[in-house]
Amino acid sequence: MKNVLSDTMSSIKTDLASEINSPKRYQLLRRKIISLMALVTLLPLLSLAAINYYEHQNTMAAEIQAPLRVLVGKAKHSFELFLAERTSAVSFIASAYSPEELSNDANLQRIFQVMRREFTGFVDLGLIDAAGNQISYAGPYDLKDRNYTEQGWFHQVQFKGTYISDVFLGFRKFPHVVIAVRHTTENGKTWVLRATLDTMHFDRIIGAMGLEPGSDAFLVNRNGVLQTESRRYGKVLDMLPFTLPPTNFESNVQTLRDDKDRDIFLASAFIADTDFALAAIKPKPTVFSTWYTIRADLLFIFVTGVIAIFLAVYRLTSVLINRLQESDEQRLGAIHQMEHSQKLSSIGRLAAGVAHEINNPLAIINEKAGLMRDIMGLRPDFPEKDKFSKQIEAILRSVDRCRGITHRMLGFAKRMDVKIEILDLNSVLMETLGFLEREAQYRNVELKSDLAPNLPNIPMDHGQIQQVFLNILNNALAAVPDGGQIMLATWDADEHFVGISIKDNGCGMSDETAKNMFEPFFTTKKEKGTGLGMSITYGIVKRLGGEIQVKSKLNEGTTMTILLPKKSTEGQS
Amino acid sequence: MNMNAWNILLVDDEVEFVSTLAERLELRGINARVAYDGESALKSVAENEPQVMVLDVMMPGMKGLDVLQRVKEAHPQTQVILLTGQGKTRDGIEGMRYGAFAYMMKPLDLDDLIQTLGEAINSDKGTPHA
Repeated sequence: MKNVLSDTMSSIKTDLASEINSPKRYQLLRRKIISLMALVTLLPLLSLAAINYYEHQNTMAAEIQAPLRVLVGKAKHSFELFLAERTSAVSFIASAYSPEELSNDANLQRIFQVMRREFTGFVDLGLIDAAGNQISYAGPYDLKDRNYTEQGWFHQVQFKGTYISDVFLGFRKFPHVVIAVRHTTENGKTWVLRATLDTMHFDRIIGAMGLEPGSDAFLVNRNGVLQTESRRYGKVLDMLPFTLPPTNFESNVQTLRDDKDRDIFLASAFIADTDFALAAIKPKPTVFSTWYTIRADLLFIFVTGVIAIFLAVYRLTSVLINRLQESDEQRLGAIHQMEHSQKLSSIGRLAAGVAHEINNPLAIINEKAGLMRDIMGLRPDFPEKDKFSKQIEAILRSVDRCRGITHRMLGFAKRMDVKIEILDLNSVLMETLGFLEREAQYRNVELKSDLAPNLPNIPMDHGQIQQVFLNILNNALAAVPDGGQIMLATWDADEHFVGISIKDNGCGMSDETAKNMFEPFFTTKKEKGTGLGMSITYGIVKRLGGEIQVKSKLNEGTTMTILLPKKSTEGQS
Repeated sequence: MNMNAWNILLVDDEVEFVSTLAERLELRGINARVAYDGESALKSVAENEPQVMVLDVMMPGMKGLDVLQRVKEAHPQTQVILLTGQGKTRDGIEGMRYGAFAYMMKPLDLDDLIQTLGEAINSDKGTPHA
């Protein structure tokens, strides 16, 4: 049972020791906990932030796109209405008047005046025969007799019957739009009535859209030529610097990047019966400026939150790991002490048993030898008395030696007997030193002391603490060479402990020796020592609630430091 | 100190030890009877009450402490010196509590024993010492 307990304790101790001696384990554990806690806390936060960001952006985009789409739709209808009214007017005149009437300049001028009165935007009006010659003309330019066979619009109107041209310069070298209507008389004669429109009215319609600063709107034809002036992308008849995305007759909003790498919303729709489209543009940064401001604030709060969470996680984990490590160390210490006590206890019982078994026959030897000496003493004529006396003395000396050994062993077993009294440690130390003064003098070893004068008296077992001092002083005396030095010091360490140090300039110890010096039966004195002295010392100091430390360097010396509690802990453990 | 008049009883199961001890005491003029176990010791005490009984703690049969108790109950004037092979163990301390005069450790120093015997005989009976 005891073996099982001992094995289990050793196994636990080995596991714990390997854990405590491996800081990597705690680092790994720390990293794992930090990662896990950070993951658990930050992942939902990150997901929430990401989802919120994209949802908000989409909502914002939808909120921006819808009004833009409606705006373009309305303006498109305005353009279509404007052009449809003027096309109808031209078409009506072409139908209502004969070519003969229209070929008369005065008639044409009169009709043109009525048109201008009824409809804004007309610049001039002309009648063109099938050969492309302008027969009559009413307007500010001198364009009579001009031939239009080379003009694109002329071919288009021949083909389509009614045609609204793109904006072009033409003979007058001024941007304008042509509305042309082909008419065929009953006798098969074909002619074309052509009116031109000032593009200024297009600008008015665009201006009436009420665009926000930074926004833009313009007409552009299928080839990307601007039909009206753009705030951002050029003047009339300049090329649009980027390709217009696919557009149809319904107002549609798209996101794209312009020639200057600006993100823009573009709403566009073709104007009915024309080859050009109305486009309105809102730059994204303008649209999202509020959102960007909020986003920066949110980002700041988010980053601050993440840092705060991370710091809290790191701090908490560090505290947790440190507590765990301390707890492991305390457990290891407790197990070590328990194991040590168990060892000492077993050794104590063994020593007591062995001492008893040896002491009885030793007592017989002692008495028999003593009797022989007595008898010889009573008979002066005893033959070879001196020789026998020497033999008997040798026996008695051996008995004494054995008695010393068994008494030391029993001293070890005795250490459980404790009597606590209030002691002046300085006195105990000096009293103990007195045992060794004769040897120190003989060997010329200097004993120096630096004892704190007001060292508080502490509750302690006199015999045990004296044994501790004696064991350490004996070791120090054994370690120093003749003429060496042993230095004693005491001090008031703190509110809980007093300190005692015994320093020698002797042979010192290797790290291996220092590590094992408190183990039972570990000795460097060979047959001269039992190997129990420092083990007993360690056990006593621990039992009294103190600490003992050793600092040693080979060939330089050793310092043993003991801390003893000011209040008794005996019986508490 | 008239040691011839001392009435001593030595009790130990180690025959060689106790008989030799008795012989050595006798050489010094001290009359010491011997007993080799608890029962015969009690009988001897009943027959002739000793002034001092030197009693081994560890004996087969009746233990030394039992003998001590019985003797102190029946003959409180008899002083008991305990002999132990284990030093100041719990048995020794317990023995002192039962009224033993002293305890001594084997192997004995005869001079110490004689001195302790003298102290026991001359002691105030109510004041045992260790």
